Amino acid sequence: MKLGPGQVRIGVIILLLVLWEVGVRLFGDPLFLSPPSQVVVALIDLVGNQPVINALRTTLWELVSAFVLAIVVGLPLGLAIGLQRFTRGSFFPIVLLLYAIPQATILPLFILAFGIGPPSKIAFGFSHAIFPIVVTVVAGVQNVKPALIVSARSMGANRSQIFFNVVLPHMIPSFFTGMRLAMTSDLLGVLLAELYVSQAGVGHYTRLFTESFEPAKLFALIAVLAAIAVVLNETCRRAERRMSRWHD
Amino acid sequence: MSGERLAYRLVQVGFIALILLAWYLATRNGLVNPILLPSLTSSWHEFVLLIESGSYWPDLEVTMYELAVAFSIAATFGCVIGYIVSRTRFSVRVFDPLFAGMYSVPAILLFPLYVLFFGLGPGSKIAIGATIAFFPVVLNTIAGFDYVDRAYIVSARSMGASAPQMFWSVMLPAAFPVVITGLRMGFILAFLSILGSETIASLAGLGHRIVSYAESMDPAKMFAYIFLAIIMAFVLNAVVSLAEARVKRGPG
Repeated sequence: MKLGPGQVRIGVIILLLVLWEVGVRLFGDPLFLSPPSQVVVALIDLVGNQPVINALRTTLWELVSAFVLAIVVGLPLGLAIGLQRFTRGSFFPIVLLLYAIPQATILPLFILAFGIGPPSKIAFGFSHAIFPIVVTVVAGVQNVKPALIVSARSMGANRSQIFFNVVLPHMIPSFFTGMRLAMTSDLLGVLLAELYVSQAGVGHYTRLFTESFEPAKLFALIAVLAAIAVVLNETCRRAERRMSRWHD
Repeated sequence: MSGERLAYRLVQVGFIALILLAWYLATRNGLVNPILLPSLTSSWHEFVLLIESGSYWPDLEVTMYELAVAFSIAATFGCVIGYIVSRTRFSVRVFDPLFAGMYSVPAILLFPLYVLFFGLGPGSKIAIGATIAFFPVVLNTIAGFDYVDRAYIVSARSMGASAPQMFWSVMLPAAFPVVITGLRMGFILAFLSILGSETIASLAGLGHRIVSYAESMDPAKMFAYIFLAIIMAFVLNAVVSLAEARVKRGPG
């Protein structure tokens, strides 16, 4: 029997888990490391821990709000900059310049302005997520072939018809690429802000479990967050692939 | 065209001037809480003072040290592991999706663990920077070596190239541009994640200084360090982009 790459991959993952389990049991300091079996036990405990569940729910809510806000603001902004040659030439470089600023440096400003509760996380996630959307929308509008617009116009389409029937459908694939990138940035922004300071969010619990030397709980919480991140990223990736299919 | 260019520049300069003017007016008349936004003049003053006194140096040194070590680790492991994986089609199909999947997990989540393992000092920042930078390097190394045109390999082999000749004269030059892009992405990601992790929990570094001035309610000094960090980001970005373009162009 010949093994496929998928089976070998699962084998590699299982091997790593076994090495982790054995290595920690033999050599690990239980204050700092937990074997996977204990992490699973902690994970089951975590599900019954209402405050932690609430914190996870808050974080999810922050992620989604920031993401939706970024789309609601970013799409029109991208269109406003991208549709006109002049605004594109003058404002797009400013957007790229701002995008290149390392936002971690201004995180304390967000906390000062919005407090240590969810609003600052939403604002920070939003400020991360909006840039990929604006940039890809501008790029998407730019990529519409001029011939298509000219021919639509010569067939008597008015401005709004051209926008809704030519420009918008052509922009959709890159818009979905932007949404995928925005989700990645959104996760980074919200989690960074959560870890920086948090009252009752996941950042509070990561700190609590670290400081009370409960690595199993910490691993379990991180695993849940990683799972949330993977699900959100994967959803965006699937949507992207679906929406760009009509194109080719 | 040049007239249009000029108009673009005018709008850009005007836009930035407008923001600076708004900042100046808003803080001068006490419309905005000075803790939140210090006056433009005092921030600038602090920035000049910071540069002249050179007191930024210890923190900059810490951050740059962390970046250098983290990037070296990520580049070494990323290139070596990537090259080994790329040796056979089968191992590419096993490991490439594995690394890509791990890359989609926000690695900053590991930071609390790293603080637990490596403490509050540079160790945890080096670990997070190396982890985050590893993935673009390894993925691009795999992609670079995996997509070398088969025709090159076949023709080099038919002309009797030895294994080292094959590596140095065929594989490496063909894969190089993609690998270099991975290294550039890794370098920038390492810098950003080190700044971010210094913000979360640290003892020294640019990110640490920004946060400590924020917490001691000294916003003008905080802004001076923010300016410095942003300038560093632009400088590093420009340097690695230039290096990438130069290396890709090749010696001749």
